[in-house]
Amino acid sequence: MAVFACLYALMALGLNLVWGMAGMINLGLVGFFGFGAYVSALATKRGGVPIVLGLAAALVLTAVAGGVVAVITARLRGDYLAIITLGFSEVVRLTASNEIWLTNGTDGISGIPGPWRGRVTPAAFNLIFLLLAVVAVAAAVAVLQRVRYSPYGRVLRAIRDDDQVAAVAGKHVIRFKVEAFAVSAGILGVAGALWGHYTSFIAPEVFVPLITIYVVLALTAGGTGNNWGAVGGAFLVVFFMEATRFATGWLPGLKPVQVAAVRELLIGASLLVVLRVRPAGLLPERISRPPMGVRHPDPMARTT
Amino acid sequence: MVGGEIAQLLVNGLVAGTVLAVPAIGFTAIYAVLRFPNFTVASHATIGAFAGYVVNTALGWPAWAAVAVAFVVAGGAGVVNDQLILRPLRPAGALTTAIGAVALTIVLENIVRFVFGNDLRGYDLPIRRDWQWGGVRIGPQQVENLAIALVAMIAVFLFLAFTRMGKAMRAVADDPTLASLKGIDADRVARLTNFGAMGLAGIGGMLLGLDTSIDPLTGFRVILSVFAAAVVGGLGSIPGAVVGALTIGVAEELSLLSLAPAYRTAVGFVAILLVLTLRPRGLLGERAY
Repeated sequence: MAVFACLYALMALGLNLVWGMAGMINLGLVGFFGFGAYVSALATKRGGVPIVLGLAAALVLTAVAGGVVAVITARLRGDYLAIITLGFSEVVRLTASNEIWLTNGTDGISGIPGPWRGRVTPAAFNLIFLLLAVVAVAAAVAVLQRVRYSPYGRVLRAIRDDDQVAAVAGKHVIRFKVEAFAVSAGILGVAGALWGHYTSFIAPEVFVPLITIYVVLALTAGGTGNNWGAVGGAFLVVFFMEATRFATGWLPGLKPVQVAAVRELLIGASLLVVLRVRPAGLLPERISRPPMGVRHPDPMARTT
Repeated sequence: MVGGEIAQLLVNGLVAGTVLAVPAIGFTAIYAVLRFPNFTVASHATIGAFAGYVVNTALGWPAWAAVAVAFVVAGGAGVVNDQLILRPLRPAGALTTAIGAVALTIVLENIVRFVFGNDLRGYDLPIRRDWQWGGVRIGPQQVENLAIALVAMIAVFLFLAFTRMGKAMRAVADDPTLASLKGIDADRVARLTNFGAMGLAGIGGMLLGLDTSIDPLTGFRVILSVFAAAVVGGLGSIPGAVVGALTIGVAEELSLLSLAPAYRTAVGFVAILLVLTLRPRGLLGERAY
């Protein structure tokens, strides 16, 4: 459970880079997650490469996929990115279900190697993997915190707040957007790859749109734009999911399908509640501001 | 033989495209007026399909009457959901609202799942023989769906062209500020747009279900084709949605010549990518009407 929380934290961090910093939406992040999982699973199981190389391949190839998606949509408004990313995740799922020669179809891929799996006790394996996941999250936080406080991060936030102003200031908006989206997709891909190596089994039905909602919920609850908020939100969401499992266990006389429906319903509803009640999240983004000087009059006030 | 096969696919594609145009008009109309991609079209299509299913199987109503029920129930649900849930999110921006719409879709889908379960359900329809003309087969149900879709579309165009409310809707889509200066009540227009658009989504869901069967994911499964139709025709353009839907319908069927049937929905995605790369404003541009 702690490992899953770390993986959700990794995904929330990836989402934060595009949605929190650059203001680009990604409603199909489960597609990138699944893409990375399949890349690494196939590379290690069929290709026989070490897990580290599988992770690297997942990082690079998912980043490329994200870059392609971003190149196509970067010139357009965010609405198109929303549609394209949602479509991307569906196509990944379709391909995974139907290219049976490659992905084994809906049966999924089982027996994906994990680090030292089988050579140590299951408990030790969990511990090793938890360590690995924590390291991955720590590395992502370290890099993304650097980005956040660097000039690069400032440009991304400027693009989020007003991309025309950023363009007028001489920033190559499209390049920044594509780079941010590619890096974010790469992080999602690594999270997916780790997922596969941890559970040893992936199938198309693992990568449902609900995961996208979990991650968006994690980031929004924790605090959009804040890397620590993303991590905290992910742990909160995983805790919440487990809590609903217990809570729905107490509801008498429900069929399993109804219990599942109630849980999914609660997740969706809680995202709506967070968006409504506390859109900035529990740990809102804090931006250091220059000292307050003379208040400039609004230039638009005169022209209209 | 290949010629006959292509003719058959063309006919199927045109029928499928006409049916697809109905929810696509709904999606694009909401985009034109409220300026955000409302993904809940998926769940309202499912709601309409199930509403029609209930009156069709439990009360024995014929398909065309059940379609009317699908329109009213999905439209009503659309207004309530928008007023209570999505409208308060709109000040936070189009993308936040889009995220809210995805969450709402999951909530609505699971309400349907809670009540009806995951089983596939079929409508109660009389069994009729397919008609044949020179090697092209067409089912009576296909013809009926085509007729219902055409009637719905003609009603939309008449409404937009000749009624006061229709003109107000086009005015808001063109320029919301100018429309409000002219005293048009944007909230009323938004409510009416939601009712009509989600009603159309409901009809679309039911028509798709009449051909095959329905389950809680009925709406979600076609949503990619609906987006594709709207984007290919030009997001926010109602005639564009019709043209886009026919294009996607025919392209999906013709893809069967060279692709496995499972990839039909991927055709829509490829079409979106092509159009966005070559002609980002869509075939007919973004003017609402």
